[in-house]
Amino acid sequence: MHEEIIVSGRNNPLIDPQLHIWHWEIPLYLFLGGLAAGVLFFAALYTIRGRENDYRTAVKIAPFVAPIALVIGLIALFLDLHHKLYFWRLYTTIRLDSPMSWGAWTLMLVTPISMLWCALHIKELFPKWDWKFDIIKDVLAFFEKNKKVLAWIMLISSAVLGIYTGILFSAFNARPLWNTSILGPLFLASGLSAGSAITIWLSKDHAERKRFAQLDLIIIGIELFLIIHMFMGFLASTQVQIDAANLFLGGEYTAPFWIFVVILGMIVPAILEILELRKYKIPVVIPVVLVLFGSLMLRFIISYAGQVSRWLY
Amino acid sequence: MRYAMAIDTKKCVGCSDCVVACQTENDVPIGFCRDWVVEVMDGTYPQLELEIRSERCNHCENSPCVRCCPTGASHYNEGGVVLVEKNKCIGCSACITSCPYDARFVHPEGYVDKCTFCLHRVKKGMQPACVAVCPTKCMYFGDLDNPRSEVSMILEKRKWKTLIPEAGTKPHLYFLI
Amino acid sequence: MNSRRQFLKISSLSAAGVIFGGGIFNAFAENLVKTNPSLFKGPFDFTRTPTYCEVCFWKCAGWVYKDENGRIKKIIGNNDDPNCNGRFCPRGTGGVGMYNDEDRLKTPLIRTEERGKQTFREATWDEAFDYIAKKLKKVKEEHGPESLALFSHGSGGKYFGKVLKGLGSNNITAPSYAQCRGPREVAFIATYGQGINSPENTDIRDTKCLVLIGSHIGENMHNGQVQEMSDAIDKGATIITVDPRFSTAASKSKFWLPIKPATDMALLLTWVNVIINEELYDKKYVEKYCYGFDQLKEHVQQYTPEWAYGVTTLKPQQIRETARAMANAAPAVIVHPGRHVTWYGDDTQRLRAVAILNALLGSWGRRGGYYNPEKAVVPHFKIPKFPKPNKSWREALGGKYKLADLALASGLCDASMPTPELGHQIKAWIVNGTNLINTLPNQAKTLKAIQELDLIAVVDTMPMEITGYADVVLPECTYLERYDSLRVSQGREPSIALRMPAVEPKYNTKPAYWMARELAKKLDLLDYFPFEKLEDEIDWELQQVGTSLEEMQRIGVKRIKREYDDLYFAKDEDIEFNTNTGKIELYSTSLADEGFEPMPVFVQHPEPQEGFYRLIYGRAPMHTFSRTANNPNLTDLMDENTVWVNPKVAKEWDLKNDQYVYLENQDGIVSDFSIKVRVTERIRFDSVYMVHGFGHTDKRMKRCFGKGASDTQLITNVMMDPIMGGTGMRGNFVTFRFDKS
Repeated sequence: MHEEIIVSGRNNPLIDPQLHIWHWEIPLYLFLGGLAAGVLFFAALYTIRGRENDYRTAVKIAPFVAPIALVIGLIALFLDLHHKLYFWRLYTTIRLDSPMSWGAWTLMLVTPISMLWCALHIKELFPKWDWKFDIIKDVLAFFEKNKKVLAWIMLISSAVLGIYTGILFSAFNARPLWNTSILGPLFLASGLSAGSAITIWLSKDHAERKRFAQLDLIIIGIELFLIIHMFMGFLASTQVQIDAANLFLGGEYTAPFWIFVVILGMIVPAILEILELRKYKIPVVIPVVLVLFGSLMLRFIISYAGQVSRWLY
Repeated sequence: MRYAMAIDTKKCVGCSDCVVACQTENDVPIGFCRDWVVEVMDGTYPQLELEIRSERCNHCENSPCVRCCPTGASHYNEGGVVLVEKNKCIGCSACITSCPYDARFVHPEGYVDKCTFCLHRVKKGMQPACVAVCPTKCMYFGDLDNPRSEVSMILEKRKWKTLIPEAGTKPHLYFLI
Repeated sequence: MNSRRQFLKISSLSAAGVIFGGGIFNAFAENLVKTNPSLFKGPFDFTRTPTYCEVCFWKCAGWVYKDENGRIKKIIGNNDDPNCNGRFCPRGTGGVGMYNDEDRLKTPLIRTEERGKQTFREATWDEAFDYIAKKLKKVKEEHGPESLALFSHGSGGKYFGKVLKGLGSNNITAPSYAQCRGPREVAFIATYGQGINSPENTDIRDTKCLVLIGSHIGENMHNGQVQEMSDAIDKGATIITVDPRFSTAASKSKFWLPIKPATDMALLLTWVNVIINEELYDKKYVEKYCYGFDQLKEHVQQYTPEWAYGVTTLKPQQIRETARAMANAAPAVIVHPGRHVTWYGDDTQRLRAVAILNALLGSWGRRGGYYNPEKAVVPHFKIPKFPKPNKSWREALGGKYKLADLALASGLCDASMPTPELGHQIKAWIVNGTNLINTLPNQAKTLKAIQELDLIAVVDTMPMEITGYADVVLPECTYLERYDSLRVSQGREPSIALRMPAVEPKYNTKPAYWMARELAKKLDLLDYFPFEKLEDEIDWELQQVGTSLEEMQRIGVKRIKREYDDLYFAKDEDIEFNTNTGKIELYSTSLADEGFEPMPVFVQHPEPQEGFYRLIYGRAPMHTFSRTANNPNLTDLMDENTVWVNPKVAKEWDLKNDQYVYLENQDGIVSDFSIKVRVTERIRFDSVYMVHGFGHTDKRMKRCFGKGASDTQLITNVMMDPIMGGTGMRGNFVTFRFDKS
């Protein structure tokens, strides 16, 4: 028999008996960040490729989701801080080693860009919009002229944001479940999938919807591939990572992960999208909501399960 | 200078005096602790083995907590002691999740708190409170770079291990076995 | 965890910050630091006052440190103190929690309804003393002074003792005798003419072999012994532990003998057999100092290792090997006498066997064995002679237990029941600092005795169960808030230590000295308290030994040089032992005279029935019996006890770790509260183990009420020691119940 106990009554709140320091705020923020990244990524991509008019929703409408998502995400992030008075300390230093620092600065960049992008396209939503001040108009005119440059910056920064949401976890080698470099691409893919789902939802244009459904199918394929890869990696690794994988392979997170994330969040919407591509009439909202839900659950489950997984000693 | 601590698992009786002494020395609020005692038992009656360890922050040389801190609040101080500067800490808990030893916690004031190796005492030439109080004298503290320090000499003489060396943190807490 | 209010406060502040920007923020943060210095300032610059600890009987001397606000911050050992060498144990370090405990008794209370119901009214001190004095006088008039008794554990007993003696009674007792170490003292007095006393004169520091029989040093935090055991481990001493439980000490031992419970006597006698028959004993020592070797040799022939195997389940080879290990180390070997030794009712005899074994190994009076302790001589101020009691506590025992050298708490409790044949009934109790409900075995009997009393006055710092039965409760201030008489303890080097208040008493609490003197005023006994203030008496005493209160306030502890260099026996020294024969009595003439076995014999004790397990209880290093159960610092380390269950037993009963169960004993008594199961290999399959001092039933102690189970409640079968009246408590068996009814 092996018995390992803390005999001095350690019971630090949020740490014992099991780490649970991050609640809903962080996964929600990661989801919204990923979603915003996905939306902005496609907007930037099609702008650079000069397809603004083919994919009007992706470039001009969907990006309005991004600043809203980012602001809500930032509020969630702020709520998660325990020493809130000092949050500004994030911006007195740049720490390249720290994913949190990367995130803080990336958001500092992406949030204004996303707002700028929306400002550039505000007339798409509100045709009668008037900025009133000339200075604003001048600034916007400047960016309108250099939109491609702006798009490039947005493309890169949104990719960084998307990857960062996964890196935030995978940088913690103390939590074996998170300690895999696959989380970065997986969360990026999940964010892109959510972004394309949003676009499908908002788009009225059949061609654009079809395009994004195809894209989403590919991304879901990549996600499934990454998930399988992740578990293969874990199972071929050390005991702690095998234990971490087992949280999803028979452990307490098995049902939520496979049902909510994989089946409802990926496979079912993928099937529905295939059916739709084959001209079956599917209410567009169903696959979209499922994808968004799956993407959100992925963050929650990885966040919670990761905190449970630990080293043995 | 590299401060380190060695704990003799053969002498420790698990009385938890180190925990109380730390709490009173460092004003750690009741309900929280910066150090703790682990008992590990293996075997089948009557072939049994027991290892008792007084644990705390490992003041790692390659500290994940320092690495992941977004504000630089977690930092290496004198002698490699890992400290949190509370006026820089935003309480994001990244360091807490990054620590494989679960050595950190959120102080009720909001900042992240942990063992300091009692640097305020050490600077005055005293031993950390836990070391000074231990009735079994099972803890040794000192500078690894000084071959004549108590900790260097005991590590020279005895067999030891560190916790989760495979995490690559290069811990500065040694357990004599 | 942030409360909601805290959160709102912070978030509204930060909203302001967003408006004003970072610069203001910085200023704000600094302002926060300034306005809350206690939160941000480093722990520096304290004033310190000396004390000696009152959390347990070891009485380590230390320093109380205060912060700049005069708040008690920490308690640290005094480096000059031989009891602790500058290192307090967790309980001493956490002693500050005793002072901070918000559940403390705060003001005198007088009962308004029947005993056991918590119906008190707050009273003034004067009222309280009036009440007690009137009742004491009345009881004394009606039943004679011998009907008054004092139960005490701790410093205050001395002062109330004076009141009692002044009234003409010497019924003064501590449960630490008949419920704890009494048999040990009687056995060693019978053998060596000298008891062990406290702190024990075991020379563990220099021993080469330490034998622990059921003694769990390390879990009992007898500070000096724990420290010295650690030193001995460092020096490579062989430790032999006999225990059905894999104790902490067992885990540090070269030999762990997982003995079948209640058969220790068989092992001890077999060891004697092996040591004699293999001629491993110290022949010169035995010849020079011992009496009755030949009788002993003949007597133990029946106790062979092969015989013992069947009794103890220990392999003959193991018994021989350990006997040889002891002999190899002799005379630097200690067969430890233990401390709480009231187990099976033949405890004096078992401790006799321990004493004999030590004598054969020649360890008494030798380095690494038992040293000769010395105590400082501190003269007392001359007070008038106390009246001679008509009847002493011995009469209360009805002529039994003649070899007891101190009064028996359990005996005086029994004498409080109507006993016409005794012609002597105790009618009034003063209880000082001892929770008799959880200390004396057989709770039902204790409660019955209490109901028969005309007066029960209780002095305590905490609302322990016993205070719920008191007619008057006197709230004592803690040791950190008062002077007490000097600590004069025995040791290698005599020492005295001072306790002085670090802070003013909290609430309406008072020191026991003041209480006793106020009570004495009302009883016209003030002559016995010539000093108005205790510190004046202490100062007078200190002047007599060449120091002063002022000096002691600065140094806390004074070591005094030994008068003679007689820590160990000199080579071939002639020693006169204080026994009938002047020798170490392997064959006890005093026991023989009283009609007891002159040499220990093995007696088979009852075993648990099917489905029952022997209840073994012990200590945890972070608690002192039940008195620390509500201490905030110490409950933080351990807030409930668990019942240790062997995995085989757990399987049989389908018990899981952390599951709560009730325990029921052989007499159908079910524990008041449920207790958490700990499934562990560390306990034998025929026993369960729990830490003593939990399962408190008094709701006024908010942190410990209902936490864990009380072993005392389950100890209803008491095996009396016929020699000295010790209450053997290890003959109780429990089984598991999943619900209470």
